Amino acid sequence: MPGVTEVSLQINGQSHQLKLQPWVTLLDALRENADLTGTKKGCDHGQCGACTVLCDGDRILSCLTLAVMKDGSEITTIEGIAKDGELHPLQKAFIEHDAFQCGYCTPGQICSAIGMLNENKAKSRDEVKELMSGNLCRCGANTNIIDAIMEVKEGGNHE
Amino acid sequence: MNNFSYTRASNISEAIQKVSADADTKFVAGGTNLIDLWKYNLTNFNALVDINSIQDHHNIEEKADGGVRLGAFAKNAQTAYHPIIEERYPLLSRAILAGASGQIRNMATNGGNLLQRTRCYYFYDPAVPCNKREPGSGCSAIKGYNRIMAIFGTSENCIAVFPSDMCIALAALDAVVNVSGPGGERSLPFADFHRLPGDTPHLDNNLNPDEIITSIDLPEKGFSKNYSYLKLRDRNSYAFALVSVATAFELEGDKIKDARIALGGVAHKPWRVKQAEEFLQNNTASRENFVAAADIIVKDAVAYEYNSFKIELTKRAIIRNCMMALNPETQLPGAQPSA
Ligand SMILES: Cc1cc2nc3c(=O)[nH]c(=O)nc-3n(C[C@H](O)[C@H](O)[C@H](O)COP(=O)(O)OP(=O)(O)OC[C@H]3O[C@@H](n4cnc5c(N)ncnc54)[C@H](O)[C@@H]3O)c2cc1C
Ligand code: SF4
Ligand code: FES
Ligand code: FES
Repeated sequence: MPGVTEVSLQINGQSHQLKLQPWVTLLDALRENADLTGTKKGCDHGQCGACTVLCDGDRILSCLTLAVMKDGSEITTIEGIAKDGELHPLQKAFIEHDAFQCGYCTPGQICSAIGMLNENKAKSRDEVKELMSGNLCRCGANTNIIDAIMEVKEGGNHE
Repeated sequence: MNNFSYTRASNISEAIQKVSADADTKFVAGGTNLIDLWKYNLTNFNALVDINSIQDHHNIEEKADGGVRLGAFAKNAQTAYHPIIEERYPLLSRAILAGASGQIRNMATNGGNLLQRTRCYYFYDPAVPCNKREPGSGCSAIKGYNRIMAIFGTSENCIAVFPSDMCIALAALDAVVNVSGPGGERSLPFADFHRLPGDTPHLDNNLNPDEIITSIDLPEKGFSKNYSYLKLRDRNSYAFALVSVATAFELEGDKIKDARIALGGVAHKPWRVKQAEEFLQNNTASRENFVAAADIIVKDAVAYEYNSFKIELTKRAIIRNCMMALNPETQLPGAQPSA
């Protein structure tokens, strides 16, 4: 392959050495090279939030990120958030609140919500809505998604 | 979509040297605009120079002259939530938070925000002519569906708008852009940074291709008491502005000592009308005077077939935002007006 470089990523606590061309996005590297297909490709242009992952703790869009740019970073995807076989509180809340239909946007919604709760800027429901607006749900589960996030936020049991 | 090579620059001079050596080399910062345009085949490069590993210019710092320096490589989110910015320049914080999404603001840098390109639909469609994309090919928007286009400062060559929110606040605050190039450093007042389309619509700004933005300076005066950013758009959140207004007042009693009104979504650059600001200066902060100021601003507006609604919208947005600046608590998150 022309121009391959070695990219080292710590994904969900495991180190991956990937041989990638510079133009491979982090999203494609996760799905195609690391075989982690939980992160979804929606628009591929930064408009839907389906590809959201955590990079060194911050929520970012993996479709607009080149994997080489994140060499040496720690990435958390939806596959990495359950601990010891126990679902993450947001995963449980999404199930309880019927916060998905087709579920396509769900991995991005949950990763984005974890990032948002860690940012700790949203005080009210309106602010949570605003700060989750980068994640679009085509099934219209938004109200229940916000309910699920509010429950976890108010319970204070997110990491 | 072409193939390209990738390197990192560890300092400013290395970065400048790499781009000036080859016209087909570009900087990448957050990548949120560049990678998007690259995927649409609207930009090409043989090599990318990643400027995120440069050691300096990642911070927000107070300066000896009382102002504040925003590092060009600091992220938009880091800037908006920085305690100094929240406290002393809340207008800037509001404007940044009205733009894009949480994820994008975590990636986008301050320097990159100034250089984002227009969201004109025809610019994004390689199947149709566009003078910005291909000089001399024609403008599809002028006779096309031009609902989102400019009403100020247009030319027969291009009627596109500059889409940034952050830059509208920076224009109102009289920020200064610091750049470095092969010939050394220089500073551009914000009003001189972006350009009108004229007969060079392919050029969005006055930065040379081998120059790098290193920082943005804010003057000491931050208008932290009376400010408001209002963003009107087709959906409540996560959309570019149809019209946005950044307003800042310095008040003494009910007298206006200093007034700034900058508009977004209406021109090829952040739009300010000196005459309207001067009219407000030493005048009473009243709705009546805000209406008069708005009239002065929109008197030079020129509409196209589908965007004439923007003239009245701009006028009302200015008046409403001036009222909100008197009481900044009336704003909802995302720069929405109170219910
Ligand atoms: C879906 C979506 C919605 C958005 N909505 C909004 C919105 O509502 N409001 C808004 O304001 N913005 C919005 N944005 C735009 C976003 O704010 C910009 O893409 C971002 O600020 C660009 O910064 P960046 O660091 O990612 O730039 P990059 O994409 O890395 O670079 C952009 C350009 O600037 C050059 N460059 C970058 N840094 C420097 C530097 N320091 N010196 C010289 N050249 C440099 C690059 O070579 C490139 O040409 C949106 C973007 C997306 C994808
Ligand atoms: S308005 Fe400008 S960017 Fe849009 S089609 Fe015309 S020339 Fe191109
Ligand atoms: S796939 Fe990345 S935002 Fe839509
Ligand atoms: S559940 Fe179907 S897209 Fe959100």
